[in-house]
Amino acid sequence: MILDALYALAAKNSLLVAFTFVGITIWISYKLSKHLTKGRLHGSAIAIAIGLLLAYLSGKSTGGSKGLADIELFSGVAIMGGGMFRDFAIVATAFGVHVEDLKKAGVVGIASIFIGVILSFSVGAIVAVSFGYTDPVIISTIGAGAATYIVGPVTGAALGASSDIIALSIAAGLVKSILVMISTPLVANKIGLNNPTAAMIYGGLMGTTSGVSAGLAATDPKLVPYGAMTATFYTGVGCLLAPSVLYLIIVQLMG
Amino acid sequence: MIIYGVSILAFCTLSGIYLGDLIGIMIGVKSNVGGVGIAMLLLITLAHFPKKIFHIDEISQKGVIFWSAMYIPIIVAMAAKQNAVAALAAGPVALTAGILAVAFSFAMIPVLMRFSKSEDHKK
Repeated sequence: MILDALYALAAKNSLLVAFTFVGITIWISYKLSKHLTKGRLHGSAIAIAIGLLLAYLSGKSTGGSKGLADIELFSGVAIMGGGMFRDFAIVATAFGVHVEDLKKAGVVGIASIFIGVILSFSVGAIVAVSFGYTDPVIISTIGAGAATYIVGPVTGAALGASSDIIALSIAAGLVKSILVMISTPLVANKIGLNNPTAAMIYGGLMGTTSGVSAGLAATDPKLVPYGAMTATFYTGVGCLLAPSVLYLIIVQLMG
Repeated sequence: MIIYGVSILAFCTLSGIYLGDLIGIMIGVKSNVGGVGIAMLLLITLAHFPKKIFHIDEISQKGVIFWSAMYIPIIVAMAAKQNAVAALAAGPVALTAGILAVAFSFAMIPVLMRFSKSEDHKK
């Protein structure tokens, strides 16, 4: 009886259940980040990985295609993580952008953002083709995922890709983000990542804000603002280019 | 008021996505063409308007900043609702794409650095 009342409450307030649940997930992720990885692996990356893992486990147990949202108690996750809130929150991140920063980044800094988006997209697209995909929508979504785990799903949703392809694009972006966090301090010396200009170029090329911030923090904390400055523009440029010009190029190329 | 910020954000998001849909119809593809990116440009433009013409005061800004801070939690929820079982069947493609994208991007840093130095030289 007590459980029935609780389930009835949860069903009526599914979005609030989702807020509570995601909040707890993120709290655990940041604890894991701090205590297990000493902050090397950013809490946000761990949280997204847990999200994908939960989607996998739920899919296995329910046989459904909507991950955790197929479990009735967590149906609100589909609203919270749905297209409307996703676009709303991503657009909001543009508010923190300072156009003056672009001037500071200079020609090379700005070029690095565009080169970074196009380079990662192309690499992802080529990998998708080499794995046998021929649908331009799928190729573009995976290419966009290789840019960041934001650009991937935004592109996939805009082009009408299926949920499993969007999951792949999130996973590709997540691999990139985690790899940037871990490998930056290891390769920093070899590639001359020890001054503000290099940090701005690096931020523009990599684009994953969480990866860049955590990677630079482990290399030289003084460089974080320079890398973050260009990285924040990357997602916007990616959301603009990937589901438009880059997708159309893929359509042309795939005939 | 906080609702002003939320309202401006909603307006920009809707307008951007609408424009993206219209561009899609115009060029004849069944998709939204860069809508979220256009919405971001709109918001940046509004935020940088001369203060006399259009000014988002500090409290109204909180309505936008709240949603920008909610974006990682929303991405976590979005990840949790995907068809991850079907995606895992094609797992290596994500891993390969992610690894190669990082490798190529790292390799570009020294190249752009050289370009940056020759730019400085010209000055």
